[in-house]
Formats: sequence, structure tokens, C-alpha cells
Amino acid sequence: MELWQAFVQMVHTLIPWLDGTVANILIILIKAIVLVMPLMLVVAYFTYAERKVIGYMQLRIGPNRVGPKGWLQPIADALKLMTKEIIFPTKANIYLFLLAPVLAITPAIAVWAVIPFDEGIYVTNLDISLLYVLAIGSIGVYGIILAGWASNSKYPLLGALRSASLLVSYEIVIGFALVTVVMIAGSVNLNTIVQAQQGGIAHWYFIPLFPMMIIFFISALVETNRAPFDVVEGESEIVGGTHIEYSGMTFAVFFLAEYANMILMATLAVVMFFGGWHSPFEGIPYLQAVFAWVPGIIWLLAKTSFFMFLYLWVRATFPRFRYDQIMHLSWKVFLPITIIWIFVVALMTQFQLAPWF
Amino acid sequence: MNNFIEFDTSSLWAALPEIFLLSAIVVILLLDLFLDKRFKQVTYYLTQLSLLISGLLAFNLIGHPQTIIFSGSFVLDNMASVFKVFMMGATMVAMVYSRHYLRAHSLFRGEYFVLVLLSVLGMMVMISGYSLLTLYLGLEILSLSLYALIAIARERADAIEAALKYFVLGAIASGLLLYGMSMIYGISGSLNISDIASFASSANLASRETLIINFGLVFLVIGIAFKLGAVPFHMWVPDVYQGAPTSVTLLISTAPKIAAVAMLVRILVDGLGSMHAYWSDLFMVLSILSIALGSVVALMQTNIKRLLAYSTISHVGFIMLGFATGTLTGYGAATFYMLVYVLMSLAAFGVIILLNKKGFEVDQISDFKGLSKHSPWFALMMLIIMLSMAGVPPLVGFYSKFFILQQVISAGFITIAVIAVIFAVISAYYYLQIIKSMYFDEADKDITIHASIDMRLILSINAILILAVGLFPDFWMTLALSLF
Amino acid sequence: MNSEQIIFYILSFWFVASSLAMIFSRNAVKAVLFLVLAFFSAASIWILLEAEFLAITLILVYVGAVMVLFLFVIKMLNIDKSTLRAKFTGYLSLGLIVAAIIVAEMSLVLGTNQFGLDVFSSPARHGADYSNITVLAMQLYTTYVYPFELAAVLLLIAIIAAITLVHRNETSRKKQSISEQVNVQAKDRVRLVSITLPNKEGK
Repeated sequence: MELWQAFVQMVHTLIPWLDGTVANILIILIKAIVLVMPLMLVVAYFTYAERKVIGYMQLRIGPNRVGPKGWLQPIADALKLMTKEIIFPTKANIYLFLLAPVLAITPAIAVWAVIPFDEGIYVTNLDISLLYVLAIGSIGVYGIILAGWASNSKYPLLGALRSASLLVSYEIVIGFALVTVVMIAGSVNLNTIVQAQQGGIAHWYFIPLFPMMIIFFISALVETNRAPFDVVEGESEIVGGTHIEYSGMTFAVFFLAEYANMILMATLAVVMFFGGWHSPFEGIPYLQAVFAWVPGIIWLLAKTSFFMFLYLWVRATFPRFRYDQIMHLSWKVFLPITIIWIFVVALMTQFQLAPWF
Repeated sequence: MNNFIEFDTSSLWAALPEIFLLSAIVVILLLDLFLDKRFKQVTYYLTQLSLLISGLLAFNLIGHPQTIIFSGSFVLDNMASVFKVFMMGATMVAMVYSRHYLRAHSLFRGEYFVLVLLSVLGMMVMISGYSLLTLYLGLEILSLSLYALIAIARERADAIEAALKYFVLGAIASGLLLYGMSMIYGISGSLNISDIASFASSANLASRETLIINFGLVFLVIGIAFKLGAVPFHMWVPDVYQGAPTSVTLLISTAPKIAAVAMLVRILVDGLGSMHAYWSDLFMVLSILSIALGSVVALMQTNIKRLLAYSTISHVGFIMLGFATGTLTGYGAATFYMLVYVLMSLAAFGVIILLNKKGFEVDQISDFKGLSKHSPWFALMMLIIMLSMAGVPPLVGFYSKFFILQQVISAGFITIAVIAVIFAVISAYYYLQIIKSMYFDEADKDITIHASIDMRLILSINAILILAVGLFPDFWMTLALSLF
Repeated sequence: MNSEQIIFYILSFWFVASSLAMIFSRNAVKAVLFLVLAFFSAASIWILLEAEFLAITLILVYVGAVMVLFLFVIKMLNIDKSTLRAKFTGYLSLGLIVAAIIVAEMSLVLGTNQFGLDVFSSPARHGADYSNITVLAMQLYTTYVYPFELAAVLLLIAIIAAITLVHRNETSRKKQSISEQVNVQAKDRVRLVSITLPNKEGK
């Protein structure tokens, strides 16, 4: 921390133009790079983990040829995608066709700006960071819609239509589920929300908000177009949905965005419901002292990894839902439950139910 | 922290009619969902009951001194309570008239009643609105329910057309109104009518500030004229009246006029009364144009709903003429005229709706041919209504016009009064045309009246009231004058 | 010119440019995308005004939901551009004249001499601990609770109206009962019939 402060000071003295604005922009850029580089690496190895985990679940071995035990597989995949030719459909709208992947990846990365990794470790501490996450996250749908439209092909268009209606429906559910968190924490600042969960597992919000946690996770599956809700791609019905006409790097960008979003949703679940960077051993006399040296970011990453694993587990377990069933689930099951739970939480708040208030 | 005003629950009683009605709406909406198709009557009776209770609550509040709650955005005064009672009475009567029409045209649905109740809520909000924000919201609640009510007959192309026209023009009018409000807010720094009034009447108003207020005022007047249907902002009125289902036309032509007049009073009289010299000229022009166009164009109509639409335009002209005088008695006369107009319009559309039967929409003047043979009683009622609308003494329509013209003359606008009288005489022609076709033409269709006893009874009372108030107008006149 | 002014002018340029592009764009989908860009620029300008809650809400509601549904509808409509443009040019001259008159009048009344900085003092800057959302919430649930509730009623009407106008009676649509599907038993659907197979000679 002191080192970082000194670095910031140094940059400011070296670049004094425009009252330090240029220096500030530079520092933000450095922060972004420090954040995005590991993120991309995690995404790459998440795809590897997916193939391995699902492989083992289906009694296969998964990738094991490139590098020791297949460890270099993601690198090889990335190289392959980068060198492949990008094919443009003849009647496609080229500008929008290329804009679509950009619109998919930008929000997927931009959202990370407000995620708190540890006490005081974040790119920016926005007062309304939760709303920021929801707002910027909702822009990701433009990538898919535009990809479907600009391809000028029928299956992508069908996929895009499905995606637009699904994402809008489930955004409402996610919004309502997170309202309960905001009601308990009394803030829309992610930092404050995590700080409010201090004091051991009993203080984490997944206990009073258990149904909301489940609903949030399932809605997150829909928002990220993951199995069993991946009707947007639906390779058995619409061949691959919005991604059909994309190849090479343009496809890879969509892929990156999807996995970055998955990791984001897993992190959000941890931040909202599982105490963020807090250790699960807080408040337990002996264990607390033993694990005191572990930095908070490790706990956050460990918990996030569990949710990422859950994504893969769900994918290997459930068959795909039909489109109207997903809609039914959103409007007629989840939405009423979330609204009822808002009233339940209001009652909890009124009666000061310990230890969450 | 900012010094925001503490939320005070002890004074909420002033808004009791609104609170009760909103709760009733929610209950009816949910109840209707679970009601079997056979019991749709229940929704109707509950609607009437909640209107009745809400009206009684409002009646109970008559005579209370002026109370302003919700941080100055809601006012309870005599005018609010009286207007609310009249508005809810008009809606209840309109619902009684509409019942068999709705059945005959398969519009008897829970949503219809809920939307009517919501429009009533919007009108109550407008009547009690004491800040530009609440007035606007009340207006939008009213308008949005009315758009939906018109389009509820979605199999009929003319209803959809009417709804769309009303929606588009209404949205433009709302936009103009909002623009005017934003100007007034920008210069006075407050949305509350009382603050605006004290700002506008302060002695040391800079010319810059007067200019901006005038600028906003023009937009406000245009918006209000749009909602009232005054010329040249009347284009929607005939189409909407003709295209909407008759039960909805009945509703649009009565209660919302009370709310619109209330909004006019709140903004222009309560708020910008000191700016009267600026808006009364606008009102003069608008009202003379309305009276002229309403009287002349109606001569060529064969559709009775369209004819009554033009007649409404000319009546609106008279109401605005009363406000243009700028005297308290002038305002009172205009209010009296408005209440009388609502009474007459209710009865007129009541008779039209009475002649409706399953699968057949009565909307031509020729449909009234030979009514006196088949139903001499209701032909007589229609005679009274039409003569009253034409302004024949001793019916109430005469007195309302007379009071307005008296005030206009005493305010010194003799030419305008003469013009208004001339056009009133012209307009008598088309009212007499209806009477002629009822009494002197042979029926070419079979006329049978299927209405239930409650409707016959209330319609008769309604028409007789036109005669009775005309004979003894003192009580109503003093009531209208006491509001200002 | 400080950095804030530079940012403001950049954002304003984008705002105006994207609004114009939206109006003059011939493709409806592109027009919607330009509108999205305009919303973004407007939201950014609001952030400069320290109204970050409103800015984020603008993005969340309009960009994230309303415009998505707009795109959804526009993609499904087959808009014939030539008839639209014919009407457009027909009214163009009249519209331009009216617009020019209104702009001229409004700029006379609403110039900087009426609402400029020499008439109104510039708004005070808030400190770093200023929370836009807290202040708004405090105002919204106390001073403006009545209009706030009325706005809720307005939305309720919009829901009722939309459902009333679109909902058809139940017989005209297909629907399924999921619980019935889940509870189905094999014996309800499959009937096992024992038949005697013919022997190899085909008798």
C-alpha cells in the first residue's frame, strides 16, 4: 500500500499537466492493466478447467496432449483463433458486425472496475457501485443483439431475439434479488456491503437471503447464456445462434466476454452473499488466529472458484430448458418469490433480526 | 444533511378519499382476477360502492378550512371537496348508464372498471393538486386510463384510431404543458402553487422575470386548452367522441371537464392570478374561436356523437369566457357553467346509450327518428336536454349562459358578449334539428329500449334536474360562487 | 480551460453529433444505436453535474432495457423506408418554417441574458462525501412522497393498459401445464401389448 502511494506520488510529480488529470488517467490505465491481464489468464484457464471437469464428470480425460497434462491447451487455442481468417458474410453490415464483439467485451471488462478484492483494493470506489454493475452489465446484451442482426442470417437473428427477451426478463429478477441485499446492508456500495458482512459465516447474507442467493445464481446462469439456459446458442435447434457467422478473433472476443461475465457473476455472488474477502473462520477462537495470515483476496478467489466450479457442474448435469419454460420460470416463479422476499426482509429489518442488522 | 421536511402522518386524513380509492382499486384489481366469469357483476357493484364511499368521504370534508399537506403538493379546500363530490357523482351516474351498453358490446370486463376508477383517481389528484408536479401526474394518470379505455374496443378500427389520435395529441399537449411548467419552475424556483403565487405577485418583479413567466404561461395555456378541447387545439375532440365506445365518450365528456377546470383554476387563478392581464387575452381569443367553430361546424354533422363533440367545444368556449373576465364572480359563473354542462352532457349521452342494443351502435341523428312515438317519455327528456343545451329559458342551460354573459358585459367586453350570443343562437338550430327528427319524422327502424329500471330512473331524474335547477338556480349559483 | 471543461465539450460534441446522426440515419437499427450513444453522452454529462445516480439509472433503464426492447421490435418490423420518406419530404418545408420560428423566438427569450451566470449564481460544488443517492432518497420519501406514489400508480396503469389491450382470451393460445407434464406416469402414456410373433417360416 505505501509502495503504491509512493508510486502515485511519483507519477503526479513527473506529469503535472492539466492539474494532474493526465497523471490520473495514466494511473487508472495502469490499474486497469493490472486487473485485466490476470483476468484474461483466468478466462483462458477457466476454459481448460471446464473441459477437464466436464471430461471427468463424463468419465473422459479431457485435453491432455498439448504441454504437460494438457496445460498449454488454452495457449494453443488462443494462437489458433488469432491466426484464423475472419470471414465476413457477403450481405452483412460490416461495421456493426465488427462492433458487436467490441460491445460484448467492453462491458464485461468495465464492470470489474468497482469489484472490491480486499479491504481497500479496487480500481475505483464508486458510491453506487452495485447500480454501476447492473447498468454496465446490461449493456452486454447489445453485443449479442447486434451480432444477430448484423450477420444477416436467420439463425443468429433467432438467437438474438431469444437473448434480448431473456436478458431483459432476468435483469428484473436479478435487480429485485439484489434489492434485498441492499435493504440489509443499507448501501449500494459494494465495499460497504462486504464490510457489513464482517464477523464470521453467521453474518453472511446467504443465511437470511437463502432463496435470493439461489435465484441470483440461476439468473446469473441465464444472464451469461450458460447451460441449461443456453437457448441463445442452442446448437441443437439454431446451430449456434449469434456466433454462427463469426470466426477467428471475432469469435474469440465473444468467447472471452462470456467467460469474463461468468467469473464476474461468481464474484458478485461471493461479494453479495458470501462475505466477499472475509475469512469464514472469523469469530472462531482458535481457527481465526491460525488463518489470520491469509490475505482477504485469497478467500475471495477461493469462494469465487467454488461458484465457477458450480457453473461447470450445472452444465454437466442438467438438460437444456425450453425457451418458454425459461420465461415461465422468470415471470411466474422467480419474480413473485423475490417480491415476497422483499417484504420478508422488510419485516426482518423492522424487527432488527440479529446478527445481520 | 439537508433540511428536508419530516414526513407527517397526522395530517393524512385530508387525503382520505384518494387513499381509500387507491386501496379499493388494488383490492378490486386483485379480486377481479380470481372472480369467475359469472360473477363479473360483483366488480361493477364494488366499483360503484368504492366510488360512493370515496365520494362520501369527500363530502364529509366539505367545510374544512384550507389544509395543505404532503409538503405543499396537496391541497384540501372547499373547491376540491365540492369538485370531487360532483366528479364522483358524475362518474357513478355514467357507470349506471354504461352498464347495459358494456354488456351489449361485450366490454363488461374487470379492467374496464379498474381503468375507470384509476381515471377517477387521476381526476381527484388534479383537483387537489397544489404543485405543478402533482397536477401533471394527475393529468397523466387520467389521460393514460382514458387512452386505454378508448382502445378497449380493440376490434373496432375507429376506436383504435380515436385512441391513437388522442394519445399522440395528448402526448404533445403534455409536452407543451411540461415545457411551460419547467419555465415557471426555472424562474420561480418552486413547484408549489403557493410559492409560485407569492413569487408572481411580488411587487419588485424584474422585467426579465415577467418575460419568462409569460413565456411559460403561453405554453401552460396551450396545454390546458388542449386538454379542454378549445379551438384551435380541438382537433382530437370530434374524432375521439365519435370513435370511442359511447360509454367511454360519456365518461370523457363529463367528469374530466371538472378536473380540467380544476387544473385551470389551480395553475392560472391560484398560481398565476396576478398575471391575469396576460392570460385573459389569450382566453378571450380561444373562447370566441371555440364558440364560433363549435356552433358553425356542428350544423353539418349527421353523427350525433360528433355533433355533441362540437357542442362541447362551444360550451368549453363559454367556460373559458367566464375565466377570461378575471373577476371572482366570473370564475364562479364559469364553474357554474361547467357543472351545468356536466349535468346536460351526462343526460344527453345517457339517452344515446339508452337506445343502444346488442350489435348495433346508435350514433346517427337519423336513429332518433320517431322516438316520440315509441317512447314519449324519453323523447321528452331529450327535448329538455336539447333545449337546455341550446339555452332556452327556463332551463338551466339558459341561466348558465346568462350568468357568463352578464359577467362578460360587466367586465366591459360588450362586443365579445354580442358575438357569443349570435353564435349561441346559431347553435340552437342543430339542437332543434334533433328535436325535429324525434317528433316530426317517421321511424324507419324499430326502436326498442332494453334499459334496466335503475338506468331509466336515474336518467329521468337527471333530465328533470336540468329543469329543476333551471327553475331554482340560486342554491347552485351561490355554491359555485362560494368556491372563490 | 481546465480538464473538466475539456471533458464536457467532448461529451457535448458526442451528444449533439449522435443525436443528429440518429435523426438522419436511414437505417432504423443504426438510429437506435445512435440514440444509445446519445443516452450515454447525456449520462456522462449528468455525472459531471454530480448526479451520478440519475446517470446510472438512465443507462440502466433506457439503455439496458427500453432500447433493447426497441431494437427487438424494430428488428421484427419491416419498415418501408420509401413511403416514410415521401411523407417526410412532403411536410419538410412547413416543418422547417415552424421549427425556425420557434427556435428564433425561444432563443430570444431563453438566451444567456435570462438564465445566464450573471443572473443566477453558479451552483456550489459538493464535497467528496456527498452522496447523490442518499440525498435523493431522503427527498423522495419525505418531501416528494406523494408524487412518488402517483408515479407508481401511473406505472400500474401502464401495465394494466398494456395487458388489457394485448391479452387475448385464453382459448386462442397454446399453453402447457408443467406440473402435469412432470407428474405423468409411464402407464398413462405407454400401453404394452403382447403380440405373438410369426415364426421363421412366415406362418
